[in-house]
Amino acid sequence: MEALLDIRELQTHFQTEAGVLRAVDGVSLRVREGETVCIVGESGCGKSMTAMSVLGLVEGPSGKVAGGEVRFGGRDLLRMSRQELRTLRGHELSMIFQEPMSSLNPVLTIGRQIAEPLREHLRLGRKEAMRRAVELIREVGISRPEQIADAYPHELSGGMLQRVMIAIAVSCKPKLLIADEPTTALDVTIQAQILDLLRGLQAKSGMALLLITHDLGVVAEMADYVIVMYAGKVVEEGEVERLFREPRHPYTQGLLRSKPVLGQVREELYSIPGQVPNPLELGAGCAFADRCEFAMDRCRRQEPPLAPVGSDQQAACWLHGKEG
Amino acid sequence: MSEALLEIEDLKTYFPIKSGLLGRTTGQVKAVDGISLTIREGETFGLVGESGSGKSTVGKSIVRLAAKTAGTIRFMGEDLHALHGERLRQLRPKLQLIFQDPYSSLNPRVRVGDAIGEPLLDHGLASKADVREKALQALESCGLSAYQADRLPHEFSGGQRQRIGIARALALDPKLIIADEPVSALDVSIQAQIINLFRRLQQERGLSYLFISHDLSVVEHLCDRIGVMYLGSMMETGPREELFRSPLHPYTKALLSAVPIPIPKLKRERIVLKGDIPDPSNPPSGCKFHTRCPFAVERCVHEAPELRSAGGGRQVACHLA
Amino acid sequence: MSVANGRLAVQPGAGRSKRSSIWGDAARRLIRNKLAVSGFLVVALMFAACFLGPLFSPYADNKINMAQMNRPPSASHWLGTDALGRDVLTRVLQAGRISLTVGLASMGLSVALGALLGIVAGYYRGIVDQLIMRLADLLLTIPSLPLLFIAGALLSEWKVPPDSRMYIVMIMLAVVGWPGLARMVRGQILSLREREFMQATTVLGLRGRRRLLGHLLPNLVPLLIVIATLNIGGAILSESVLSFFGLGVTPPTPTWGNMIDAANNMIDFEKRPWLWIPPGFSIFATVIAINLFGDALRDVLDPKQRR
Repeated sequence: MEALLDIRELQTHFQTEAGVLRAVDGVSLRVREGETVCIVGESGCGKSMTAMSVLGLVEGPSGKVAGGEVRFGGRDLLRMSRQELRTLRGHELSMIFQEPMSSLNPVLTIGRQIAEPLREHLRLGRKEAMRRAVELIREVGISRPEQIADAYPHELSGGMLQRVMIAIAVSCKPKLLIADEPTTALDVTIQAQILDLLRGLQAKSGMALLLITHDLGVVAEMADYVIVMYAGKVVEEGEVERLFREPRHPYTQGLLRSKPVLGQVREELYSIPGQVPNPLELGAGCAFADRCEFAMDRCRRQEPPLAPVGSDQQAACWLHGKEG
Repeated sequence: MSEALLEIEDLKTYFPIKSGLLGRTTGQVKAVDGISLTIREGETFGLVGESGSGKSTVGKSIVRLAAKTAGTIRFMGEDLHALHGERLRQLRPKLQLIFQDPYSSLNPRVRVGDAIGEPLLDHGLASKADVREKALQALESCGLSAYQADRLPHEFSGGQRQRIGIARALALDPKLIIADEPVSALDVSIQAQIINLFRRLQQERGLSYLFISHDLSVVEHLCDRIGVMYLGSMMETGPREELFRSPLHPYTKALLSAVPIPIPKLKRERIVLKGDIPDPSNPPSGCKFHTRCPFAVERCVHEAPELRSAGGGRQVACHLA
Repeated sequence: MSVANGRLAVQPGAGRSKRSSIWGDAARRLIRNKLAVSGFLVVALMFAACFLGPLFSPYADNKINMAQMNRPPSASHWLGTDALGRDVLTRVLQAGRISLTVGLASMGLSVALGALLGIVAGYYRGIVDQLIMRLADLLLTIPSLPLLFIAGALLSEWKVPPDSRMYIVMIMLAVVGWPGLARMVRGQILSLREREFMQATTVLGLRGRRRLLGHLLPNLVPLLIVIATLNIGGAILSESVLSFFGLGVTPPTPTWGNMIDAANNMIDFEKRPWLWIPPGFSIFATVIAINLFGDALRDVLDPKQRR
């Protein structure tokens, strides 16, 4: 099947005092229609920057998308004009962020903010848009939708605001929703609600979801396909069950083993030694080599490419390389 | 069982809500509303809850960063809130706090070696001659190197800073460490390092912890006994294994079932709570959980359930359990 | 130690140890800022010229020379002469000594006063805080220029000798300058107190003196440096305004303000621009340079910029 979103060799760079920071360094990924793909990784691995680059939200003066292709529904987003991108965003392609409070305008009512994209993209009239907005508020599971439509953002809790953000994001029935850590700022019981909501909406409308998270638990619950990033690169990807059962990259293995799991108490947690490397000081070899217990000479000299390891799974590691 | 190191009885910490030009008190947030708990020597007590549960305020009240409204806190036999001035200061080393945010809990202008050494000097635990030696030892026991002692906090990563915070507390040779969400600002791979560090230090030094966290899987991993808080009240307490295996309170059940488990396509019973966490300044009547409880009955609306013994060292505050 | 290092930050290019230091980093970033460096150079040049220049001038004795009245710039008098035949260049430099000194000293006084009262108010809070801040509010409600005018008029009324007027003007400027400063310092202290690292000093049981001197004050120093720098410019301006109206430092002691005042008739203004352009330009250049430097300092020392 033709991929809905097809990112190839994406490069996003930032100019810093100390040199060029490759926040996203040659990332390729595909999201098919109706599918949920999760990008997982720790802070600074470039997972959010990948999403921002797709949406054309990496802005100068210091940052820019320096290369690659982002094809969405057959068209290259990176070569689109501002105007074309604007009509696409919030319509066929929408996004929710970690902090719903800062994504909403504090002086406009909730109803108006939901109605805005409807009027803009679907050309609905004022009355019709407001009616749809109230409907959407009900759809995302908020009781008393009429009252909430007249409320201002500060009157709602974090969980409610994230529901509102979702309502705005899905208002024009997008084909793809990009969610950047949508539940990280929320309590667990609220997180469970939001994940349920996203799954429900997806089942109903068939939209694809690109979910960015650091939480492996969320990945396991949501993903069909998983992409693991480290230091700006994809180190492993695969179908979710296979990847969790048989992680092949030492970093993925370490991540999975170091997370405490409810109901599985271990005497000592596995921990990946050392710290995430400074992206400005990466050498020629594998970025994970210094923290890897299996690192060989070759790992420090030469960077391993992403290569298939079995069906539906790829890893960038010399342990699984054809010659390794 | 060894004797109680920390005993909290019916602790209430209320914060006034001030409004208007003259700052008149127009109400109060009952951040902690009648909490009792005991921590024995060498034990780790886990306090879990969501935002607004008052779990952090319990920690702040113990170390006197928040003033209590009622109740008593006894530490090593001393009534903490009755102590003042120099007497309180001299007890401080025994009772330490690790903060959540490793970025703001270290003074950006003090080198980490000095940050660890200063309190030792002020408490006479080291002389000018050996303070550096002791600070370096503390750093090394927390997995940092001696050569890093002359650096400033901004030269360290989040996980390293948390180690520095732990080293600073540890150098004072405390009996009890209150850790307020010490790993929630850290990445998974770093989180595991810090959790293991907490464990190792406890084994080596017989420390006791009050571990405050919203993350149930971390608490399960680290704690011997656990208390679950909701809107300032204790819902359930008990030994780890029993509490996690067969939770008694509907809130504990819901909380446990909401934690995402990193096993794909896992089938399990889920209780998804409806609605939001109520505003702590205006909590529901009766049982505070009744607005979200899937099992609530008429009685829950009017009558607040007492925390009562449920056998096997467990306690629960629910009419139905 | 950090307070002593603080001076390094103001002097770009000062030597430093290999250990990375907050002040060292700040100084390095300051040097990279072209506006800051040029601002600093202009101020340094102005100071050097004013304090050393007159030593090399043949006209430093300020003798009245009726034969050389109101001469335009020439080879012997580079900026011409005034109505009493005195060399304008020499007078501008001598005036600069007074104006810069008054600026520096009144800044020093008002920063000392404001910082002290602000720290006391923020650290002890309660009734002390209330008293200090209400006094500050009171002073802030009275427009400072009229207040200075009244004070200046009283000085003239009481026939205060010109020599001591300079010191009284400094004190006057400090008295109107401290409330805004105290308010900023108090706000900073109150917000610092709530920071986790200050709470940590409580939990660690550090002695009160160490908490104040070792933790609270060093975090106040950057703010003080910035305010102090920007305040010098303000003080120089205020002094010039006062002196222009004859209410500050009075002749024969020259200041930039009263030199402009000496050219206050239309004939001097139109026909003898060398009388008022040099002092006017000096005020302009100095204040702009100080403000540029101060702004850059603020950017560099603002702790919010980095983790």
